[in-house]
Amino acid sequence: MKKMKLVMIGNGMAGVRTIEELLKIAPELYDITVFGAEPHPNYNRILLSPVLAGEQTLDEIVLNSWEWYEQNRIRLHAGRKVVEIDRVRRVVRADDGTEEPYDRLLLCTGSNPFILPVPGKDLQGVIAYRDIADTNTMIEAATKYRKAVVIGGGLLGLEAANGLMKRGMDVSVVHVMPWLMERQLDDVAGKLLQKSLEERGLKFLIGAQTQELVGGDDGRVTGIRFKDGTQVDADLVVMAVGIRPNTELAEKARLHCNRGIVVNDTMQTVTDARIYSVGECAAHRGIAYGLVAPLFEQAKVAANHLAQFGIGRYTGSLTSTKLKVTGIDLFSAGEFMGGEGTEQIVMSDPFGGVYKKLVIKDDKLVGACLYGDTVDGSYYFKLLREGRKIGDIRDRLMFGESNLGDAGHQGQNRAAAMADADEVCGCNGVSKGAICKAIKEKGLFTLDDVRKHTKASASCGSCTGLVEQIIMFTAGGDYSAAPKKKAVCGCTDHGHQAVRDAIRANRLLTIPDTMRFLEWRTPNGCATCRPALNYYLISTWPKEARDDPQSRYINERSHANIQKDGTYSVIPRMWGGETTADELRRIADVVDKYRIPTVKVTGGQRIDLLGVKKEDLSNVWKDIGMPSGHAYAKALRTVKTCVGSEWCRFGTQDSTQMGKDLERALWRMYAPHKVKLAVSGCPRNCAESGIKDVGVIGVDSGWELYVGGNGGIKTEAGQFFCKVRTSAEVLEYSGAFLQLYREEGWYLERTVHYLQRVGLDHVKARILDDHEGRQALWERLQFSLDGEPDPWFEQREALVDTRQFSKLDAAAQEA
Amino acid sequence: MSDWTVICRVDDIPVLGARRVARPRGVDVAVFRNGEDQVFALLDRCPHKGGPLSQGIVFGTSVACPLHNQTIGLDDGCAKAPDEGCTPTFACRVEDGNVLLDAGELATRALDLAAPRAGPTASRGAVGDATFEVQAPHGE
Repeated sequence: MKKMKLVMIGNGMAGVRTIEELLKIAPELYDITVFGAEPHPNYNRILLSPVLAGEQTLDEIVLNSWEWYEQNRIRLHAGRKVVEIDRVRRVVRADDGTEEPYDRLLLCTGSNPFILPVPGKDLQGVIAYRDIADTNTMIEAATKYRKAVVIGGGLLGLEAANGLMKRGMDVSVVHVMPWLMERQLDDVAGKLLQKSLEERGLKFLIGAQTQELVGGDDGRVTGIRFKDGTQVDADLVVMAVGIRPNTELAEKARLHCNRGIVVNDTMQTVTDARIYSVGECAAHRGIAYGLVAPLFEQAKVAANHLAQFGIGRYTGSLTSTKLKVTGIDLFSAGEFMGGEGTEQIVMSDPFGGVYKKLVIKDDKLVGACLYGDTVDGSYYFKLLREGRKIGDIRDRLMFGESNLGDAGHQGQNRAAAMADADEVCGCNGVSKGAICKAIKEKGLFTLDDVRKHTKASASCGSCTGLVEQIIMFTAGGDYSAAPKKKAVCGCTDHGHQAVRDAIRANRLLTIPDTMRFLEWRTPNGCATCRPALNYYLISTWPKEARDDPQSRYINERSHANIQKDGTYSVIPRMWGGETTADELRRIADVVDKYRIPTVKVTGGQRIDLLGVKKEDLSNVWKDIGMPSGHAYAKALRTVKTCVGSEWCRFGTQDSTQMGKDLERALWRMYAPHKVKLAVSGCPRNCAESGIKDVGVIGVDSGWELYVGGNGGIKTEAGQFFCKVRTSAEVLEYSGAFLQLYREEGWYLERTVHYLQRVGLDHVKARILDDHEGRQALWERLQFSLDGEPDPWFEQREALVDTRQFSKLDAAAQEA
Repeated sequence: MSDWTVICRVDDIPVLGARRVARPRGVDVAVFRNGEDQVFALLDRCPHKGGPLSQGIVFGTSVACPLHNQTIGLDDGCAKAPDEGCTPTFACRVEDGNVLLDAGELATRALDLAAPRAGPTASRGAVGDATFEVQAPHGE
């Protein structure tokens, strides 16, 4: 079969990333030709600032070497500019006459720096700041000349100014707007920034309007004259007043352009489906992105369509900003300026150089602007992206994530203070240094990249926040966590909510149907998505969707906990933690009979038999003769109790009985994650109700209910939910809450995270304010649980594949 | 020379599942059946920390180890990047719905690799279950 021809115009980061993605999934589909106007292989444009500042060399920022093009059989025409696209003949022509035919064309022409249309703009020593050539010109100028003026006090201008200053020049920054970085900072933060840059030696001319550039007899610039008649001397003028999508070639080829080459969600130009465009030149839904993470998302989508897989859409990105001037911490994202209909929480300490502003609209965080202390930037950005309600944490929001309860291991605030040798990802033993090194050396920008290359945050995910923060300060201002929604896993672009919604709206009943409907990329998913799908199906359509044991983790498939040596632990259920001599005797007999090496009492007041061989599991259950403890499952585990009013001299309520009632009502309840309850008979709280998914505390006049407590990776105290009078109400309210969590929670999302996402107010509205809704939830839960089999004693009904317990024997077959 | 021996019927292995094959000596062999009824055989031991691969979730031509979720290729026994390490593979074929393994390989291959140990016998060095003992390397 003859290969198709893919021609790419532009050899920048977004384009080459597209090719990389394409080679990963369809390496043999195309003959690839690349035209690049610059005489270099693909390099990391973002790192030009460190090069200018002398912190890195040009060689170090090359992303794809000449050898890479060769190895992948990509024809690279470096230093040749394409001047014409003939869409009828499907041929592109370069300035030296080279012609290349194409079947698919990828336009990645990037953007051009905007040059002020003032007299003298063509003088020698007047440059923009965009590419390696500009950077070299600046580095060279710094060796010969003394005075530099940077026009533009935005991100790029300040980086250029900082670099030139570090090269020993006397630098002034001219900025026409009333404060620096007005696109990213408000006036207060902008002025703080100016102050600290002045302390480092930069000079500023704020509000100055350039009238013309003055030149000497030799044709080189000597100064700038402003509208008010004043003048400054300059041997070098750098214009950094903005960029414009480079659409010249596209417009000549009569492709529709409007502030960029207009593309749809598949990154195809709206004019010609054979022509794709990604990067700074492309306008997607009216936005041309200038940050690298969104461009890489675009690259992924374009590659998928070029590979003829035909799935995946780019739906836009949220972006955040950080300045790459070492030692200056600023962060902004979203609608940081505020405005009509918004509220603001502001913390200002000008003497200490710290300023924080949070913008809130409709009970959600919509913008943030931080200066001086940006450790919570990634946390605010996460809130922004998720659009979660913040009403319940509003009073603590300003103090960052570490103040929302015990910071535990999540440690959002630790990243900056950590030493290189400190471990970030405990699951995979990855240090901060290893992550930073991978980010720098391999040019990583996204969480996914870091996971793939270092394995950090790829397992339990509890260090994700920390890793995101490390990416943010290592990759600098160009990290933004595109896309807006997190996909369930690599098998799909859909997020958890989209999957849940599709299953409900379209009455999907099986995993294969769901995968087909949502255009899964893989034939039978992976170990991440299949258990999630299985849970969504059976929780959405109880008694209709059939459980798929092969899509459950081994613990649920064999109804016991796998241990590090491949043996299992068995935990029989003891209602409310109470047991009898008979039960204890049976347990003791089983321990002897099956030579179980360890017997231990769990944190949830149950007895754990550790070290059971898989072959023995069936018989161990049978001999114990107690119900399944579900201590291995994403399900109701225990209801921990204290002794309560029956025995305790302080007890106000019969907590043991309440615990038994709750456990009997809820057992066999599968959930997005494990669920633990506790009932304490008085506020002394001996059952530790404060850190349970549902905690019940007896008081003189009834019961207090707490929800969303967690003793796991991140310790969280439960939030007060309501107070009720009777035991029946405890059952109904707890059950309704858990059913809501079962229906709305994402797989592997604990109640605390579910509550963080939807807000406690939402749950209160559904359960406390909506009398009928609460009863309906409680009834739906009872309907789901009614007749659910005990997997230990009703193996057939519970779809337990008993073949798993026996081993095959080659010798026996032959006989 | 191969000495093919019948282990079970393909249907004895659950779709997207696995069975364990006992050996007179050494760690069990896991036989897997994927979504397309292809059958693979690997030593039942993850190269990472020795997890029983037969107990993992099977997808495509991979299995996710039940202990730490490392993804192991069923065809080559090797971990997918960025993880490293390979587990020994066993020759395996399907004929008339029967799954066949090589008896010679079953008797000799990878006998030097032991299953992981846990519990009081592991930490205190007491005499444990015989199957947990490290076995002497065996030439192939």
